[in-house]
Amino acid sequence: MSAVEVRNAVKRYGALAALDEVTLAVPEGEFFGLLGPSGSGKTTLLRAIAGFVVPDSGEIRIDGQRIEGVPVHKRGIGMVFQNYALFPHLSVFDNVAFGLSVRRVASGEIRSRVAEALRLVRLSGLEERRPRQLSGGQQQRVALARALVTRPKVLLLDEPLGALDKRLRQEMQVELKLIQRTVGITTIFVTHDQEEALTLSDRIAILSEGRLVQVGPPAEVYERPATRFAAEFLGEANLFSGRVDGGALRTASGLAIFSARPMPSGEALIAVRPEKIQLADPGARAAEGANRITGQILRSIYSGSSIAYRIEVAGQELTVFEQNRAARAREEGSAVALTWAPEHSIPVAP
Amino acid sequence: MAPLAFRTVLALVLLFLYLPLGVMAVMAFNQSPLYALPMVFDTIWFERLAGNERLIGAGINSILIALANTAIATALGTMAALAFQRYRFRGSSLLQILLLPPITIPWLIIGTAMLVLFFWTGIGRGLHAILLGHVALSLPYVIVVVGARLRSFGVSLEEAAATLGAGPWTTFRRVTLPVIAPGVVAAALFAFAVSFDQFVISYFLAPPGVSTLPVEIYSAIRKGFTPEINAISTVIILVSMGLMLAVARLYRFGGER
Repeated sequence: MSAVEVRNAVKRYGALAALDEVTLAVPEGEFFGLLGPSGSGKTTLLRAIAGFVVPDSGEIRIDGQRIEGVPVHKRGIGMVFQNYALFPHLSVFDNVAFGLSVRRVASGEIRSRVAEALRLVRLSGLEERRPRQLSGGQQQRVALARALVTRPKVLLLDEPLGALDKRLRQEMQVELKLIQRTVGITTIFVTHDQEEALTLSDRIAILSEGRLVQVGPPAEVYERPATRFAAEFLGEANLFSGRVDGGALRTASGLAIFSARPMPSGEALIAVRPEKIQLADPGARAAEGANRITGQILRSIYSGSSIAYRIEVAGQELTVFEQNRAARAREEGSAVALTWAPEHSIPVAP
Repeated sequence: MAPLAFRTVLALVLLFLYLPLGVMAVMAFNQSPLYALPMVFDTIWFERLAGNERLIGAGINSILIALANTAIATALGTMAALAFQRYRFRGSSLLQILLLPPITIPWLIIGTAMLVLFFWTGIGRGLHAILLGHVALSLPYVIVVVGARLRSFGVSLEEAAATLGAGPWTTFRRVTLPVIAPGVVAAALFAFAVSFDQFVISYFLAPPGVSTLPVEIYSAIRKGFTPEINAISTVIILVSMGLMLAVARLYRFGGER
């Protein structure tokens, strides 16, 4: 049985559809990421599961129970808010204990469960601090402990790491995943950070304009984006459009792109990830059956471990990432050959 | 030098604010009723004040009305502020705009209007009418002050409480109220001050034989000034300054901004 199930959920704000027939199922114990640009409906979906948004139509189930009519405080959820929403007038202990004392848990049990939750997020010893005396990372942990201590059926995270700086965010990603594994709780989180989504999630859903674009494990969604939007939103993509003819996609500029995957007939669109393309001298021979096109380097963008090249090919600008093995960038203006295996040519829906 | 100029201005402002009060307080202890110098220390005016039943009675009226007004206006105003900040309903913006004019309309006009209304509806005059008038006058202050505090916290704390299993009433009692408490205390002080200070409306709505302190002081001065006024004013100044200091301390203890 799925821990959380959404069926045909619709929510409109005037003419705008924040949720447009969204259907998904999150199995027990899964770490599920909702990814999309702002306004894509990901936050609306999370808030609908929490109960802050009531869908116009459709079903939402937690543990098999329909919950559209159940108020937030009876849904048995835990939630971490973007700004943490810690109670400023309460100590760390009382913040974490809040959900238990509201449920009239005995004080001895509250003490032991709060201690356990704080141990889990490695904050033991800070019980008496006020939230404003904590760093951003510590506040984040308190919020997590507070959400977990009531042993909710589902943990909802709204841009949980958005307010942290990059280094701390990466640390917390690892820790968050570890904690989620330890507790084994079904977790749904919202992010606009693609790297975060790929790192944390067992599966991700990409949303655009209130619709689910693609759902799947991170590697699957990244390696085989279903649509142009998925290809461009999650990571970067070079796109070739043209007509399929004789087993290849032929662009108007005269390029022939081969794919190992079945291509539709007629007009088609092919995406190629920038790191799948290898650069070589124009004279070098490509491997048997590989795609090979030539172009001219417009710009190189140095970023330490890798270098991004903007390359003009037949009037089109492509991006290629190359590991920085040579310790120096290829010269701008020089001619270069681009090769990649046909399985990296991914036909996508427009 | 600029700091010197600032200090001078500051000193002048404080002087203008506190010198008259200081003189009044000192003269309350002067034996002469005519501000005659040299000063001869005496507590005769306080003794007379203790025997002045009219002034004491008016003072008690004022305090009772101010306390009742504070309780009613703070409770109603806090509820209204919550409604404005946390719920969307038809006419919400219009109502909020309508709150503001009564703060700027002269009390004399409001007082006249209330007198007419109360006469016409049969509410009449008396302490109940004065209280009603004061509540109406102080509500906008309470709503504005508490509303500002509510707005600065947003809804996420209340949402967090709900996800933790707290129903609306528990959330209000254990999260919203403690968080907005400084705003509510400030609003209550406003309500108390608006009522305790109030002259015009009380004057219009007080029937013969009933009066509040400002009204009584005014009529006493008209009949002829007596230093008992200095004495009771001194008492009031001390009490209100004490109250303000207590609140200021409370704020710092809460440590909230």
